[in-house]
Amino acid sequence: MTRRRLATVWLDGCSGCHMSFLDLDERLLELAEHAELVYSPLVDVKEYPAGVDVCLVEGAVSTTDDLGRIRSVRARTRTLVSFGDCAVTANVPSLRNPVGAAPLLQRAYVDNVDRDAGVPVEVVPPLLDRSLPVHRVVPVEVFLPGCPPPADLIHETLLRLLGVEAGVPPERPPRFG
Amino acid sequence: MSVHTFTLDGQPVAGAAGETILEVATEQGVSIPTLCHLDGLSSVGACRLCVVEVAGRPRPQPACITPVEEGMEVVTRSEELDEWRATVVEMLFVERNHICSICVANGDCELQDLAVDLGVDHFELPAMSPRLEIDSSHRLFAIDHNRCVLCTRCVRVCDEIEGAHTWDVMGRGIDARVVSDLGTPWGASPTCTSCGKCVQVCPTGALFEKGRAVGEGAKERRPFLPYLRRHGAGTR
Repeated sequence: MTRRRLATVWLDGCSGCHMSFLDLDERLLELAEHAELVYSPLVDVKEYPAGVDVCLVEGAVSTTDDLGRIRSVRARTRTLVSFGDCAVTANVPSLRNPVGAAPLLQRAYVDNVDRDAGVPVEVVPPLLDRSLPVHRVVPVEVFLPGCPPPADLIHETLLRLLGVEAGVPPERPPRFG
Repeated sequence: MSVHTFTLDGQPVAGAAGETILEVATEQGVSIPTLCHLDGLSSVGACRLCVVEVAGRPRPQPACITPVEEGMEVVTRSEELDEWRATVVEMLFVERNHICSICVANGDCELQDLAVDLGVDHFELPAMSPRLEIDSSHRLFAIDHNRCVLCTRCVRVCDEIEGAHTWDVMGRGIDARVVSDLGTPWGASPTCTSCGKCVQVCPTGALFEKGRAVGEGAKERRPFLPYLRRHGAGTR
């Protein structure tokens, strides 16, 4: 059978969800029989391709760069999965939301700095005023909460989305935190 | 003692006069989700998670404070009730800053468990992200208003069991806050006996023992009060 096209994307998160994905261990080989990883921080492809069947999105939408990326990912993906608490709720990145981006940057890069004070503007993209869950920006089909989602849950969800008969459902149901 | 007979999800049941729908349901082994309710304390119907449908009444009724009546027809599970309860949980989450992954109660939180039980895996409502205080002035304990659901268990246990009435609620609606001694910092409270009962009954990580890190609030939280049972732990 032809393999499905799988992608993973890393926005404002710690990469812990990708680590949990790697915790599939030998099941990654099984997964590779059913899906080709066409874009991911784990493979060397620079541009998100068209015609992706399933994409796991880790991280919140926190910058103008994240915003552009997730819109382009959405346009080229059939099933978008909010992968982990940062994508689902904005989680730790949202800790700054009660403060707002400008006062936060002022405090971190100007007020509390002894030398070379100034908000960085080169290379790094501007922060959005609030860090947002992915589904606040683009439609999302599947939510996979957890910090990180356990490997068993990722395995079961991916097999289901790839149309493969899944094994035993994971013992722990999807949960925030 | 007079007895009322009525139906619970179509099954005929009997309850003593003065018993609530929740009490009879629990006796019958029918599980109704709760949050502000705790066996051993008075009931206030604050959280609305235990809402049930009662035939002939226009609105859903909180089971924890609605007394049983003769001939009542009560429905505890329906698609609409599931949706209402899920919405209540969602509103509790988005109203303050509940970030489970970095909470002292992660893995032992009744709000977190309710989200699992009711299938809440994301929030349609936008997070309000209010800027709230943490009062860590007490020697042993702290209160993080970011994680308070205003269940008032702390207020009730302090008043009804400890007899100190250190805690109360100030403000209205979205501005409501649990306060110690009319707004005195907890550490300066002249009435607090430092008994820790409020910490033990808190369903979330709002009240916690100092020195405990993420997910460490659980181990010794509730056995402190043996006569108060954990949410869903059994019948009365």
